[in-house]
Amino acid sequence: MNEFDDKSIEQIEEPEYTTLNLGPTHPATHGIFQNILKMDGEIVVDAEQTVGYIHRAFEKIAERRPYYQITTLTDRLNYCSSPINNMGWHMTVEKLIGVDIPKRAQYMRVIIMELARIADHLVCNAVVGVDTGALTGFTYVFQWREKIYDIFEQVCGARLTTNIGRIGGMERDFNDEAIKKIKEFLRDFPKIFDEFSTLLERNRIFVDRVINTGPITAERALSYGFTGPNLRAAGVDYDVRVINPYSSYDDFDFTIPVGVNGDTYDRFMVRQQEIRESLKIIKQAMDNLPSGNWYADVPEFYLPPKEDVYHNMEALIWHFKIVMGESDVPKGEVYHAVEGGNGELGFYLLSDGGRAPYKLHFRRPCFIYYQAYPEMIKGGMLSDAILTMSSMNVIAGELDA
Amino acid sequence: MAEITNTYVSEELYKKFGDAILSTDEPYGMLTVVVEVSSITSVVDWLKKHPVINAHFLTDICGTHFPQIPGKELCAIYHMQSMPNNYRIRLKCFVPITKPEVPSLTGLFPSANWMERETYDYYGIQFIGHPNLQRILNVDEMDYFPLRKEFPLEDGSRTDKDDKYFGR
Repeated sequence: MNEFDDKSIEQIEEPEYTTLNLGPTHPATHGIFQNILKMDGEIVVDAEQTVGYIHRAFEKIAERRPYYQITTLTDRLNYCSSPINNMGWHMTVEKLIGVDIPKRAQYMRVIIMELARIADHLVCNAVVGVDTGALTGFTYVFQWREKIYDIFEQVCGARLTTNIGRIGGMERDFNDEAIKKIKEFLRDFPKIFDEFSTLLERNRIFVDRVINTGPITAERALSYGFTGPNLRAAGVDYDVRVINPYSSYDDFDFTIPVGVNGDTYDRFMVRQQEIRESLKIIKQAMDNLPSGNWYADVPEFYLPPKEDVYHNMEALIWHFKIVMGESDVPKGEVYHAVEGGNGELGFYLLSDGGRAPYKLHFRRPCFIYYQAYPEMIKGGMLSDAILTMSSMNVIAGELDA
Repeated sequence: MAEITNTYVSEELYKKFGDAILSTDEPYGMLTVVVEVSSITSVVDWLKKHPVINAHFLTDICGTHFPQIPGKELCAIYHMQSMPNNYRIRLKCFVPITKPEVPSLTGLFPSANWMERETYDYYGIQFIGHPNLQRILNVDEMDYFPLRKEFPLEDGSRTDKDDKYFGR
């Protein structure tokens, strides 16, 4: 009898954990992420992350490429909001060579960047809905992401990996079709977005599901290097657009939404509110769009219009020199940050005056804050872990560079 | 709160650390301090806890390789910032490629964990005191550090893209 009791006590003392391999290609993780979870029944005890499945060595490639060819690399970082990455990179080079951009180009950039932010946040929030079981919102708003892509297509010709803009401004002025599409979007989208909001924001099933899921305190978030909506959801009002305004963001009237608990609901609501603020910014920029040129006078960096390249000797020479990376770049090092879709997207550029950067480092917000993921999901259910990941908006392309 | 100037921060740094501060510079307005490698942790800790500077946020860590500077081939570059003061600072420390050892900042900032792993992965800088210094983006079996300059991206025999052909 005694012997039997001792055995049963021993068995209780050694808990039995299950190892669950979540990923790398799990349909619920929306990207290539691997997490080896240590599970106690349904409860996550520990997680070990593996990243790098789509590592493409951008920083190495960038050391061999002229400046324009790096724009296409930045497209593939956070591919949900490529224009922000493109323009962040162009602004970094502009900072290095010391060019002032005309107001019109700055406003055009703001419009495009805010549209990209809306697209980025829409994907994230719609997917949070999907992971809680609400597929309707996703199918409904994705049509509107397509309409944003239609606008990009009018401006630059591409939809997802946009390669939009030039060093020194925009490649062309908004055409009538683009302006019409932006105006239509501003007119119709808020209504649709309100419907999406009423579907989820106060929905009892959704709210019960996401409140207190994957929370993080402001202090922990800061020490883990959180930026962007995830940091603001924890209650820190840090936004690069406000603290270091670039591209005339200080001209616009908008607010920075902040959350309290840093949980999935706060992250969702911060993004929802940011979409509304972005709409406000686009509206102000469209109303006050200054006239004038959409490019600065930097022939050694701004690619000439294609028509001129075919018919004009000077344009042809500049085109050749720019494409071959023959423009003189000053030596120096510069760090420039923009507010990307999910946080501070920084570019550290070290130039030795050569045709390609000596060193280019991307400060990728995802890569830095994804470290906190095990801490955020510990003690929660497996299904909460999925939800936490999608609400953090971890983009595999940005994570793995 | 009064605005913090680069002069103020560099003076305070020299006052506190003296010889450990090797040089200061201000490229494009950002104070860049070259720090003796053995003091990097204490400088970062001091900047973090300084009541006025309050650089509480580690923005970024990256590395780079200068094969042309003997004895200082590898460089670890840190960006820190203070959100309330809207102040950014860059720290650098150079280490020889034969003994690329830099103290880890993981004790001060949990966010340094992956950034240091990435820097190790690319350049082979050993962060002493790091809890789990393994490759992060590349495969574990890789036996070289790919971002060092001795590995050209393209075929080494290819010369058509060399700067010398374009007058540089």
